[in-house]
Amino acid sequence: MLEKEYVILIIGMGLVTYLARLIPLLVLSRRNLPKWLSEGLDIIPVAILSAILLPLLVTSGEPKRIEFFQPELLVAIPTFIFALKTRSLSLTIVLGMLLFWIASKLM
Amino acid sequence: MNEVKPTIKSGIIPGLKAVWPICLGYIPIGLAFGVLAQKAGLHPLEIGAMSLLVFAGSSQFIAISMLSSGAGTIPIIATTFAVNSRHFLMSSALSARLSNVKKRILPLFAYGVTDESFALNISKFRDGNWDINRALIVNHTANITWIVSTILGGYWGQFIPPKAFGIDYALIAMFIGLLVFQLRGQKFVITAIIAGVLAIILSLIVPSNLHILLASIMAAALVVVFARRIK
Repeated sequence: MLEKEYVILIIGMGLVTYLARLIPLLVLSRRNLPKWLSEGLDIIPVAILSAILLPLLVTSGEPKRIEFFQPELLVAIPTFIFALKTRSLSLTIVLGMLLFWIASKLM
Repeated sequence: MNEVKPTIKSGIIPGLKAVWPICLGYIPIGLAFGVLAQKAGLHPLEIGAMSLLVFAGSSQFIAISMLSSGAGTIPIIATTFAVNSRHFLMSSALSARLSNVKKRILPLFAYGVTDESFALNISKFRDGNWDINRALIVNHTANITWIVSTILGGYWGQFIPPKAFGIDYALIAMFIGLLVFQLRGQKFVITAIIAGVLAIILSLIVPSNLHILLASIMAAALVVVFARRIK
């Protein structure tokens, strides 16, 4: 049985998450956006990707601290070059996993 | 030309072909989440219910650690909102690609907007040859994988060795590939560098993953303003 308090908690968590995902789609999708906003949204994906990725590569621990010498970053360098050269997402992922597997055995 | 109207069925094969790295990445994280949640005293049914209703990995991990330390309902919901506010930005960027989509489909799509599905779908939309049906398959396949892995983690997660086959690196490698494909010119490279450096610094200072939202807004704003100055 699910307890009432827990149900309220996950409904609340679900609601705030879902609204953050839904509102921009409903509000922005059929509108002519001002130029500064569409220019901004054009570069937002690359900004988000980089903002997600880079901290994962060069920070570790809780609380977080900078850590350059770790397999996440060392493996990322050849994986990045490989992605640039091959432009294949699947091969990039397979190579990254393989190198990380090897690196985590060695380090 | 004889245009075939795309249907949800026509999206299945291309959607599945695209989504596998996300599923591969979600399995170990989902199992790990299930193990933690079970250790915090949650039943697999409760774990599954949270994954179904929330479907946002990092905020679920944070909720579990807050629950274990006895935090109340309101602080946990507020933290969830802070952690997931970055999805607001992702949906804003996706909205430009969904202008022809029927309004009643959007709520179904919104449910599955995560860091991973966003990154994949936005790149695919940009390349062309992508539509809402394929994107829906991506979102919901990832969602089912997440729910099932978290529940399984609640039952058997402790038996799976960590780091097997480098599976822990699947999502990072996917982000690397997708980032590389987004670097389509000087403006994008500069944006990526600014956002990345800001995110590293902010991640040391601000709590609850807010660095992603803050760094990307700041970087995009800087580049837009600066690009206008040069013209």
